Amino acid sequence: MNQYFDMPSDLQHSYVGLIGLHLQEALLPVLFGLLIALPLALVCSRFSWFYAPVLWVTTVLYAIPSLAFFVVLLDYTGDSTTTVMIPLTVYSLVLLVPAIVEGTRAVSPDTVAAATAMGFGSLRRFVQVELPIAVPAIMAGLRLAAVSSISLVSVGAIIGNEGALGNLLHDGQIYHRDPLIITSVVTTAVLAIVVDGLLVLAQVLLTPWQPHGRRAARRAARAAAVDEPAAPRDAVTDAVPAALEDAVR
Amino acid sequence: MNSHVKNTWSSPRNIRLAAVAIAAVTAAPLLASCSSSSGSKDPLAASKPKAGTVVVGSNNFPESILIGDIYGEALKAKGVNITYKPNIGTRETTYGMLKNGSVTVLPEYNGALLAYLDPKATPTTADATASAIAAKLDPKLTLLDPAPAEDKDSVTVNAATAAKYHLTADSTIADLAKYGNEITFGGSPEFQKRQQGLLGLKSVYGLTPKSYKALDVGGPLTEAALKNNNVQAADIFSTDTTIAQEKMVTLKDPKNLFGFENVVPLVSKTGLPQNGVDALNAVSAKLTTQALLDLNAQVQNDKKDPLAVAQAWLKSAGLA
Amino acid sequence: MNILNFLNTFFSDGANWHGANGIPHRLLEHIQYSAVALAIAAAIGLPIGLFTGHTGRGGYALSAFATGARALPSFGLLVLMTIWLGQLGTTPAMIPLVALAVAPILVTTHEAIRSVDPAPVDAARGMGMTSPSVLFQVELPVALPLILGGLRSAAIQVVSTATIAAYISLGGFGRYIIDGLASHTYSDVVGGAVLVAGLALATIGVFWLVGRLVVSPGVRRGR
Repeated sequence: MNQYFDMPSDLQHSYVGLIGLHLQEALLPVLFGLLIALPLALVCSRFSWFYAPVLWVTTVLYAIPSLAFFVVLLDYTGDSTTTVMIPLTVYSLVLLVPAIVEGTRAVSPDTVAAATAMGFGSLRRFVQVELPIAVPAIMAGLRLAAVSSISLVSVGAIIGNEGALGNLLHDGQIYHRDPLIITSVVTTAVLAIVVDGLLVLAQVLLTPWQPHGRRAARRAARAAAVDEPAAPRDAVTDAVPAALEDAVR
Repeated sequence: MNSHVKNTWSSPRNIRLAAVAIAAVTAAPLLASCSSSSGSKDPLAASKPKAGTVVVGSNNFPESILIGDIYGEALKAKGVNITYKPNIGTRETTYGMLKNGSVTVLPEYNGALLAYLDPKATPTTADATASAIAAKLDPKLTLLDPAPAEDKDSVTVNAATAAKYHLTADSTIADLAKYGNEITFGGSPEFQKRQQGLLGLKSVYGLTPKSYKALDVGGPLTEAALKNNNVQAADIFSTDTTIAQEKMVTLKDPKNLFGFENVVPLVSKTGLPQNGVDALNAVSAKLTTQALLDLNAQVQNDKKDPLAVAQAWLKSAGLA
Repeated sequence: MNILNFLNTFFSDGANWHGANGIPHRLLEHIQYSAVALAIAAAIGLPIGLFTGHTGRGGYALSAFATGARALPSFGLLVLMTIWLGQLGTTPAMIPLVALAVAPILVTTHEAIRSVDPAPVDAARGMGMTSPSVLFQVELPVALPLILGGLRSAAIQVVSTATIAAYISLGGFGRYIIDGLASHTYSDVVGGAVLVAGLALATIGVFWLVGRLVVSPGVRRGR
């Protein structure tokens, strides 16, 4: 009997099945969050007076603990993965809207003016100019959303076996099988790191115009060192701008 | 940085590429997850069982999961189409799910169920318990035959406390009441608000503990807290294998506060076909307290999977 | 049965206002868990972030560390620490909360120092200021608003996540949510959720006040 990977029958999934379920419960909400955040961010960047109230609402929503959110939804969506995915969608939204808005706002006014001069309407300019330039900021938001979503799914275990890998925590406790708890924590952490890595990779592919990787960063740093000795910045930490961390309230 | 950007940002090909890449990166693990979890049911459909499928639920402690597995496997053996919804939560949650039809069969304990339905009821016999439940039960639900097996809530003190206050297996909860202001009591969060809990301990036995520590449903937190003397007395299930192992003392309950706790299937009237009813009654006829203790020990001490334990017992009892 | 009814039931229940399970006591517990966790996280994150930000070294290690810390599932870590460290006491709850708070504090502090305008830093060096003086008298005051932002972000996540401490029989506002779920008393769950959210918003207020008090007016005007 393999004490780490023999899943208790009440979970109704193999180890691999639980990983699949976990990814689904964690990442579908991020995808939905992104799909909702894009138009919302467009509106916020078009009408800047709209941004402050949106930030306030999302901040309040983000302050609601996931557990309470799950429990309140139980009455409406039942003991199902939907109950876990709705709050996670909301949390993703909270991280992504500021990421997109701040990212697109940081686009240089010259660039925007050039696009306008080329006859781009505001929607086309948003989609074809501002969004691509904001990709690093958006990806930073996506990475935070994905990693925190993967972590939060586990809490779903408390509302009745809806926490995918998190269910192993409760089962490990009630069956006195501590190795299951270690399996749960380690697998969840590895999943988060792998997904985060994939998103970094996606960012590299999406922004071919940016210097990437250690060698490129060193090259950029050297180049920068020639012009501006005090400002060698490396490309990776650049992807998590302080402004975004600030927006993640 | 913008100087790098200027040449490429407006190329539509790049943007389309970007969109495709985002979609691919986000979708890849999801697709992978769908294929890897094939064979298990669609989790999104978990709360909406197909018509004709019997959903066997259970509460969030091992014995309930085990008995749920026994019911489920017994039904399967008679050709009833079932799905499991194990390890859900507390009675307060599972009763609601039975009412709204998302669960068809649930292992219950008659006394605890009655205390939930009618906190003021104090039946003195098992039959009175059954009729009192019938009067209060939701019209869509019914109880099948109760098993002889009983598993009660109990007030159990640890070895140190028993020695300190000279409590033995013959002592009652009333004997502990005198020392109420010296003890911290442990139990599940819901125990605090139940008649078969702190309320009843106070009104029936005059036991008001100095403080209460919300732990879990007679599970590992409670067991450990009692063992380590973080609490001196706790609500633990009478079939818990820790009691004997740790030389704890279960106090007698002469006024039957914790009632008659026979294991009984609570089912939806319309959801379960007659052969299913027969199958579960056959299980109840053979399920004794001793059998339950043995099965619990296999799960708790030998760390066997409850489903395997259930299947083995059904086979040995000639029910599958 | 709407949210307002629940809130009315919860807040008008006299039993919820005194004793060990009263709101004042649970509030103190919640603040205690959050404040201790945040203080420990700040004691780890601030010095490291200031050092790496000032020297410009260790950016990769820092970013890898932050990713690792974020990847740790708080709830899983809580359960794991409970079985490793024993059931009771606050330590098992502190570890996941500190792990949660360290990443934003570390990353923002590092980034805040890195993003200080190089011109005044150069000027300070040119005037012969020592490296620590440059950090504490030039970079830190300028970076302070961003650093406070990181602390605030960490504080909000900690306040919200401290809820799960109730799962291992600790107190705090999470008690209302866990107990409310177990006994299906939704007014307690909603009441608890509103209290946690309220406390998180109050935290934002506190950081705003602190910002007014400690950020140099010159820096504030510049922003």
